[in-house]
Amino acid sequence: MEKKKQKNLSRRKFFIKSFQAVGLSVLGGLMWGAYIDEAVSAPLVLRPPGALPEKEFLKKCIKCGLCVEYCPYETLKLAKPGENLPLGTPYFEPRKVPCYMCTDIPCAVACPTGALDTDTVSDIEDGKKVLNINKARMGLAVINTESCIAYWGIQCDACYRACPLIDKAITINYMRNERTGKHAYLVPVVHSNHCTGCGLCEYACVTVEPSIYVLPRHIVKGKAGQHYLKGWETEQKLQMIQEKRSRFVTPRSEKSPLEYLNEGDLLND
Amino acid sequence: MISKFIFKHRYLLLRRAVQISIIFLYIAGNIYGWNILKGNLSMGKLFEVIPLADPYAVLQMIFAGALLLWDVLIGAVIVFIFYALFSGRAFCSWVCPVNIVTDTANWIRKKFKLDKDEWQLRFSRKVRYWILGLSLVMSLIMAVPVFEFVSPISMLHRGLIYGMGFGWAAVLTVFLFDLFVTKNGWCGHLCPLGAFYSLTTSKSVLRVYHIQPHCTLCMNCKNICPEKQVLSIIGKESGYINFGECINCGRCIEVCNDDALKFSLRYIKKEKEG
Repeated sequence: MEKKKQKNLSRRKFFIKSFQAVGLSVLGGLMWGAYIDEAVSAPLVLRPPGALPEKEFLKKCIKCGLCVEYCPYETLKLAKPGENLPLGTPYFEPRKVPCYMCTDIPCAVACPTGALDTDTVSDIEDGKKVLNINKARMGLAVINTESCIAYWGIQCDACYRACPLIDKAITINYMRNERTGKHAYLVPVVHSNHCTGCGLCEYACVTVEPSIYVLPRHIVKGKAGQHYLKGWETEQKLQMIQEKRSRFVTPRSEKSPLEYLNEGDLLND
Repeated sequence: MISKFIFKHRYLLLRRAVQISIIFLYIAGNIYGWNILKGNLSMGKLFEVIPLADPYAVLQMIFAGALLLWDVLIGAVIVFIFYALFSGRAFCSWVCPVNIVTDTANWIRKKFKLDKDEWQLRFSRKVRYWILGLSLVMSLIMAVPVFEFVSPISMLHRGLIYGMGFGWAAVLTVFLFDLFVTKNGWCGHLCPLGAFYSLTTSKSVLRVYHIQPHCTLCMNCKNICPEKQVLSIIGKESGYINFGECINCGRCIEVCNDDALKFSLRYIKKEKEG
């Protein structure tokens, strides 16, 4: 009897302890989770070349700083506590130090975990992987046409000259200056299919706050949707023709509407 | 007198030398470009070739669903094998810089007699295993290695190498917690990295060995030990300290005046047991 009572007591104790542990774990887990959820969201952070999409990147980055150590320009730094960025992960601020786009991409090559994936910044040439920094997509430069002095009509091509992919990522557009009637605007335009997001333009910009700045691509890029096609571009025109051919055919859409209407006697139907 | 002091603190001094050298070599790797150690304690490279990685961080990343490169996986295996097979939980006492912080808190506790019960918030040392388990579950749910975003350990070593920012606040928290709230509160009760090594390193070769016939039951060892429960065989029987929680700091060996404790190599040296 006594023994049974003892056993019951210890069992009771075991259950109490277990439930308390579960309660504390859930409490701790929720607080921890809520904090992590906030701590990993940094929509405007710029990552080193070759970085995987942010979610994958945060999974794989072990925060060792090897990319930082191998960066010869002190472009990259690890996020410190208090900077409100995912703790310990590498990033750069182009207005302070831009990415100089080393052709041997030492940061991405140094990454031991694959958070910086050299495959995304390489070409395959003769079956061999050859690094190509121009494939980096760290961000996309955006021009504020209100504060860009070239858009005022003042001659400035600092960003255009600074761009490592000059005439591809940034081109100069000529426009008539209606205000004076005898001058031209020479305005920079960014092309997203070439811009790597290195930020040399942002670094070079002469305005007090940069009028061209790099933002993460997913923030900047719009998307027209697949049903809008540029009929005047060969590739997309071909796509249009193809799409017409592969249309779903019903007895009524077999012929063109014109043929269908002109054929036979409609009144007899 | 000095030589006696050195002898009585030989492992402590050696540990500090090792801890500071490792951090210094990492700092020099970053600042002066030395090639001995690069990176930090989460992931580093020895002589720019041999990868070394924190196995617990890698485990979290695997739970988060990351497919990792061989480099970091091999690094984690190398470090894991070193601690699990050879040195025991020596990371905590010979490498981790937080150990210096918490030992300082302990030293102040002793100096100012804060060691009494009224300065102790007692809770189970098993809490760390719950935190360890929770961190793995949370990594799975949140799809990021969750402890790596809050770890005061990596905030400290990363901070020393790449700049502290507000990281000192986390270190101060650990210090004050250990000083005023619970003795060995962080390292002995909460830290999931220590818990990870505790669970995996009890079979290591390097172990503290107790020679029971020499023991005079003065309890100096139990007073100094940060994980007292591991010294359960003191004065009862000769043998190895078999618990994974033992951090192989060697403090017990230093304070023993009767040569009843020593480092020994299990499996290799034949010591009397039982």
